[in-house]
Amino acid sequence: MTHIRRLASLSFTAAAAFGFGIGEARAADALSSGDTAWILTATALVLFMTLPGLALFYGGLVRARNVLSVLMHCFAVACVASIAWLVAVYSLSFDDGGAQQAWIGGLGKAFLDGVGPDTLSGSIPETVFFMFQMTFAIITPALIVGAYPERIRFGAVVAFSLAWLFLVYAPACHWVWGGGWLADMGVMDFAGGIVVHVTAGVSALVLAIVLGPRRGFPQEIRPPHSPGMTVTGAAMLWVGWFGFNAGSALAADGNAGMAMTVTHISAAVAALVWAVTEYFRFGKPSVIGIVTGMVAGLAAITPASGFVGPMGAICIGLVSGFVCQWFTTWIKFRIKIDDSLDVFAVHGIGGIIGTLLVAVFAAPGFGGLGLAEGTTITDQLQVQVIGVLSVALWSGVVTWIIAQLIARTIGLRVSEESEIEGLDIIAHGERGYDLT
Amino acid sequence: MKMIIAIVKPHRLDEVRAALQEIGVHGMTTGEVKGYGRQGGHSEIYRGAEYTVNFVPKIKVEVVTSNALADQAVEAITQAARTGKIGDGKIFVLDVARAVRIRTGEDGDDAL
Repeated sequence: MTHIRRLASLSFTAAAAFGFGIGEARAADALSSGDTAWILTATALVLFMTLPGLALFYGGLVRARNVLSVLMHCFAVACVASIAWLVAVYSLSFDDGGAQQAWIGGLGKAFLDGVGPDTLSGSIPETVFFMFQMTFAIITPALIVGAYPERIRFGAVVAFSLAWLFLVYAPACHWVWGGGWLADMGVMDFAGGIVVHVTAGVSALVLAIVLGPRRGFPQEIRPPHSPGMTVTGAAMLWVGWFGFNAGSALAADGNAGMAMTVTHISAAVAALVWAVTEYFRFGKPSVIGIVTGMVAGLAAITPASGFVGPMGAICIGLVSGFVCQWFTTWIKFRIKIDDSLDVFAVHGIGGIIGTLLVAVFAAPGFGGLGLAEGTTITDQLQVQVIGVLSVALWSGVVTWIIAQLIARTIGLRVSEESEIEGLDIIAHGERGYDLT
Repeated sequence: MKMIIAIVKPHRLDEVRAALQEIGVHGMTTGEVKGYGRQGGHSEIYRGAEYTVNFVPKIKVEVVTSNALADQAVEAITQAARTGKIGDGKIFVLDVARAVRIRTGEDGDDAL
C-alpha cells in the first residue's frame, strides 16, 4: 500500500522528535485499536466540517434568497464525492499505479475491490483509512462552492464537482499522498495544504473567472445575510479541523497531539491578527473578520501541522492573518474577480503560505520536528515551490477546461431574471425564510 | 381622534413605549420596517469590502389617541426617541375618522 510510505516517513519524523526507538515506531503492521478509534473519530469530525460546518459558514455569507442553494450545494457535493470516491477516485488516488505510478494510481481498488474488514492500512483497517480520506475528498470540492454561489446552475455544480474529483483531486492526491512524483521528491504536506487548499483555491479562482461575477459586482453586492450563521459554521470548522490535522497523523500518538496543538494556536493567532488589523483599518473589529482569520490560520497550518512546533504555528498564524486579508481585498477590488466567498484568498493563499513556510519552521532551529535527513531548508523550499506551482497549474488548467465544457453543454449560469429571483426558489422551489 | 405614526430607531422602542404608557396612551402597534430619509442609508464593512445599505432597519410605531392627548403623545415620543444623531426618525399625525372596539362594539374615544 502506497500510503504506508507516508506513514513510515511520518513515524520516522515523530520518532526523531520524541525520542522513542525507530524500531518501535515502525512496528505498525498489526491493528492498533487506539489508532483505529482515533481515526474513526477524526473521520466523523472532518465530515462535520462540511456538513453542517462549511455549509453554514458559506450560507450566512450570501443573501437571504440564496441561502438554501448554498446549503444544497454543500450537501449535494458531499453525496456526489462519496459515491465517486467509492467508484474509483480512492483507487486512483491511493492504489498502486504500476508503470504510471508517478502520475496516477490504478483501478485495482475501484468499488473497494479486495478490501474487507480484515484488510489493514498501516495500523488501522483500510476501510477506516478509506473513510477518513473520503471526508477530505468531500470537503475539497465543497470549498469551491464559495466561488460560484448566487448565480450558478445546480446541474453545473454536480457535473463540475464530479469531473473535478476525477481529473483534479485524484491526480493531485496521488502525486502528494499516493506515492506519486511529488511524494518521491519529498514534498511535505501533512494534511492537505496542497492537496486540499491549493487545488480548491486555484480552481475556485479560475471557475469564478469563467462563470463571471454576480450581477452588480462589485458595487451593488448585498452584505452577508446572517453573520451569526457564519460564526456558527466557522466554530464547527475549528472543532472539525482537529480531526483534519491531528487525524492526518493516522495514529493516536504524540505526532497527532502536536498537530492538534499547532492547529489550534495558528487559528487563534490568525483570527486575532485579522480582527486587530480591521480595528486599525476600519475602526472596528468585525465578527466576520475574526472567523475568516480563523479559517485562514487553519488553512495555513494544515500542510505544516505535523512538522512544526508551537512557535512555528504562531508565525504561520501571523503571516496568514495579514496576507490572506490583504488578498481578499486585492482579488475582489483590484483585479475584480468575483470569487464570491474568498476561497482563493483564504484557502488558496493560506494553503500556499503554510506549504512554503513548513520548509522553514519544520527545521529544528525554528522549533520544528525536523526535515528529512540531509535536507536543508533551501532544498525543501524548492520542493515545496515545485509542489505548489505544479498542482496550481494542473488545477487551474483542468478546471478551465471542465468549466468551458459545462458552459457549452448544460450551461454554467442561470438567467439574469433567475439570479434576481434567487436560486432558492428558481433551482429548488423552496424559501429559506418564510416572511409571512 | 389622531393617529400618530412614528418611525424610530429600533433600540429606542422600549423608551417610547414607557413614555406613552406614562401619559396614558394604552396600546400601540409596532412593526419592523426598513427605509431611508435624508440620511440616505449607511455603509457596512465585511472582509474589507464596503457595502452600501440603502434601507436602514427602523421600528414603526402606530398609536391612536384622543384629540386632547395627541400633542402630548407627540412630545413624549420625540423626547423618548431622540438621540441627537442622524437617523432619529420622523413622526406623522393623521386624522382618524372612526374607531371601533371589536369585542364590545364601542365607538369613538371609548374604543381607544
